[in-house]
Amino acid sequence: MPTFVRTEKCDGCKGQDKTACMYICPHDLMHLDRDGSVTGHAMKAYNVEPEQCWECYSCVKICPQNAIECRHYADIVPLGASVQPLRGTDSIMWTIKFRNGTLKRFKFPIRTTAEGTADPYGGKPKANMADIENGEVLFTKGLHAGDRSQFVKA
Amino acid sequence: MAEYVFGNPEVVEEEVDILIIGGGMAACGAAFEIPRWIEGTGLKVKLVDKAALSRSGAVAQGLSAINTYLGENDPADYVRYVRNDLMGIVREDLIYDVGRHVDDSVHNFEDWGLPIWKAQGDEEKSLRDGGKPVRSGKWQIMINGESYKWIVAEAAKKALGMENIQERVFVVRLINDKNDPTRIAGAAGFSVREHKLYIYKFKACLLVCGGAVNVFRPRSVGEGTGRAWYPVWNAGSTYSMAAEAGAEMTMMENRFVPARFKDGYGPVGAWFLLFKAKLMNGAGEDFSALRGDIIKDEKRFGKYGLGVPGTCLRNHIMLEEMINGRGPIYMDTPTALAKLGEKMTPKELKHLEAEAWEDFLDMTISQAGMWAGENIEPEKTPSEIMPTEPYLLGSHSGCAGIWVSGPTDLPGVPKEWSWGYRSMTTVKGLFTAGDGVGASGHKFSSGSHAEGRIAGKAMVKYALDNKAWKPELARTKDELVEEIYRPVRTFLQYKDYTTAIDINPHYISPKMLQFRLQKIMDEYVAGVGTYYRTNKKMLEVAELKLEMLKEDSLKMRAKDLHELLRAWENFHRIMTAEAHMKHIQFREETRYPGFYYRMDHNYIDDVNWKCFSNSRYDKETKKWALKKVPYAQVIK
Repeated sequence: MPTFVRTEKCDGCKGQDKTACMYICPHDLMHLDRDGSVTGHAMKAYNVEPEQCWECYSCVKICPQNAIECRHYADIVPLGASVQPLRGTDSIMWTIKFRNGTLKRFKFPIRTTAEGTADPYGGKPKANMADIENGEVLFTKGLHAGDRSQFVKA
Repeated sequence: MAEYVFGNPEVVEEEVDILIIGGGMAACGAAFEIPRWIEGTGLKVKLVDKAALSRSGAVAQGLSAINTYLGENDPADYVRYVRNDLMGIVREDLIYDVGRHVDDSVHNFEDWGLPIWKAQGDEEKSLRDGGKPVRSGKWQIMINGESYKWIVAEAAKKALGMENIQERVFVVRLINDKNDPTRIAGAAGFSVREHKLYIYKFKACLLVCGGAVNVFRPRSVGEGTGRAWYPVWNAGSTYSMAAEAGAEMTMMENRFVPARFKDGYGPVGAWFLLFKAKLMNGAGEDFSALRGDIIKDEKRFGKYGLGVPGTCLRNHIMLEEMINGRGPIYMDTPTALAKLGEKMTPKELKHLEAEAWEDFLDMTISQAGMWAGENIEPEKTPSEIMPTEPYLLGSHSGCAGIWVSGPTDLPGVPKEWSWGYRSMTTVKGLFTAGDGVGASGHKFSSGSHAEGRIAGKAMVKYALDNKAWKPELARTKDELVEEIYRPVRTFLQYKDYTTAIDINPHYISPKMLQFRLQKIMDEYVAGVGTYYRTNKKMLEVAELKLEMLKEDSLKMRAKDLHELLRAWENFHRIMTAEAHMKHIQFREETRYPGFYYRMDHNYIDDVNWKCFSNSRYDKETKKWALKKVPYAQVIK
C-alpha cells in the first residue's frame, strides 16, 4: 500500500484546492476524496494506486498533520513494523519499530541552510558571451582541468 | 470554464524559445545554467514537469551518496573507469566532458545547503576550499542527502522563476517542424489536474524524463510492483518521444540489473565499499573467491574478466551460483560489522550503525521497513541479495539512450561525433542529458546535473543562432487533441456497454496493458523469469506479440486524468520495450553477461561487435533501421 492516511488526523488540508500530499507525490497517487464517494470519508486524502507506490515518503514527510504513515508492501514485508519520520527544517528524526518491538531512533541533518534560502547565483560570476562556444566553460568557470597527455592523440 | 469537462479539454497554446521537458537532476542543471546565458537576449524559457519539482525524478526520495565526484582524480581516469564498467563501448568524449564539469555542480550543491560528509579535521571546510570528503569509493562521496533534490530544485526554481515552471503537465508527444521533418518545433501534453491540453512551440527543447522502469515484469507483482529499484515513474518517455521524433538511438540493448538487498532493493554500495562486507552463498561460501575465476574464460569474456570486472560480470558470478542451486546469496553484514568493531569504541560502533541505517533511510526507506518487518539487525543477521528486474537508463551503471553531439575541443574525437551543438540529438533542436544520453553511463545524480548544464548552454547558442526562425507544427491542434485524449474518449464511448468497468471488449485498462507488456518482456526478452536469457527465436515471438500489443494500445482507456497519465506512460513503455528488443535482436553477441544473455551467441565478440549499435525509427512505416557505428578510443 504503502502509504496510508489516518482518517482521524487528515483534515484535507483545510479545504484548499489541493492537499500537500497531492501536491508533492511524484507519481500522482494521493487524491482528495471531496465528497467521500470513494472512501466513505469526505475531505480526506487517500492513496489511489497503492501498487504503484515507491514508498518514497514524500507525502509522509510533507503532511502538516503527520497523518500519513506507511504499511510496507504486504506481498513482501511481514506485518507489525513501522518506519516513521519527523522532518524538521534542518534535520529529520526517524523512529523504526521492529515487528518484535525493538525500537531504534536516528536523527540526521538534512540541510545546512535555512529552508528557502538556497541562492543559485550568490557570489557567482555572470556568463561571458565570449565563452558560449568554449567547451571548457560553464558560467561558474569551475572546470576540473585534466592531463591532456592522457588522450590517445594528445 | 464550465464548458471544459473530462473528455473536452481547453487547449492552451504557448510559444517559448527553449522548453525543458522533465524535472529531475538534468532539468535542474539546465534551469540553473540557462538563465545566466540568456540575460539580455530576450529568450524565453519554460520547464514542464509531470510531477512537483521538489520531489521529482530519480532523486525524489533522496540519496545517501553522490556517486560522481572527481576531486583528486583526473577526468581521463573517470573515462577509463566508465569504459571498463560498460564493457568497452562508450562515447569517451561525452564521459570526459561530464567528468571535467561535474565537480562544479557538487560544489554548488554544497553552497545551496547539501550536507557533505568531511574527513576528520575538515568538517568546517567546503569542498570548494579543499575540504576532504568521506569517500565510500574512488568516485563516491557520502552525504546527508534526504533533501538532496529539494535543495537542488530550490536553486533551480529561483534561477528560472516559478512563473516559468509548469508542474503536473505530462508532455507526451514531440512535434516535428512542418517544413523540415528533421527538426523539432513543438511538444504537446496534458494537465493531470485540470481539463487542459498544452501545445508548446519552441526553437529548442531539452528532453530529460529519465529512464524506463516497469517495462519488465518485476519480481514482486502485488503491492511490491511499486518497489522498483529505479523510480517507478520513469516510463521511458525520453526514449520513446525521441525515437518517434526521428532521433538516432544508441546502445538500447543495454540495461541495468542491479544486485541489491532482496525485495526492498536497498543500496549495497556503502556495505561493500565503506563497511567491506562480502557476499556468501547458501552454504556460507565466499563464492567470488572460490569461483570468481569463471569470468577469466577468454573465449567467452575476452579480456574483460581479467582486470577489475564490470558490474555485469560480477552479476554473472552471482547468477551462476543461483542457477546452479547454491543460493540464496547473502551479504555477510555481521562479519563485516564485527571486524570493523574490533578497532572501535562502543560509541564509534553506534555511529557506524546509524550510518548503515541512514544509507537506507536517505534513499530506500522501504529497505529499513523490510529489515524492521523481518526483525533483521545487520550486526546479527545477514541479508539476502538479489539481482532485480531489468531497467533501461543512461545515467547509472547503464548506457541506453540517444546518440548526441559531443564536445568539439577534445583531441582525437571522430569528427562525425559532433554536429555543431553539444548534446543535440540527430533531430535539429532536440537536446537531451542524464538518462537520455546513450553510450555514456555512470554520471549519476551529479553528472546528470552537470550534463543538463552543458546541454542548457548549447541550447542557448542554438536558440540565438536561430532567432529569426519561426516554428510551425507538422500536426494540427485537432489531431493532437484527438490522439492525446483518445483513451478518454474510448472510455466515454464504451463505458456503459458492460456492467463491470474493468471488463469490456472495447477497451483495455492501462494496468492490464502494462501486465501484458511485462509478461512479454519477461518471458521472451530476457527478464527474471528466464534468468535473463533469450535467443533469436524467442525475440521473434516477442516481436509478434509486441506488434499486437501496439495495435491494442490504441484501445487503452482512461477513466480519469490519473489513468490518462498511466495510459501515456504505457505508450512510452511499449516504444522503449520495442527499441530494447530490436537492439538485442541486432547485436549478435552477449556483450553484457550478467545483465542479459543471447544464448545463441553466448560470448563477447570484439571482432564483430566492438561497435555502437544505433537505430532509427520511422514513424511513417513503423519500422526500425539498425546499423553498426565504429567505436573509437579517445583516452589511453
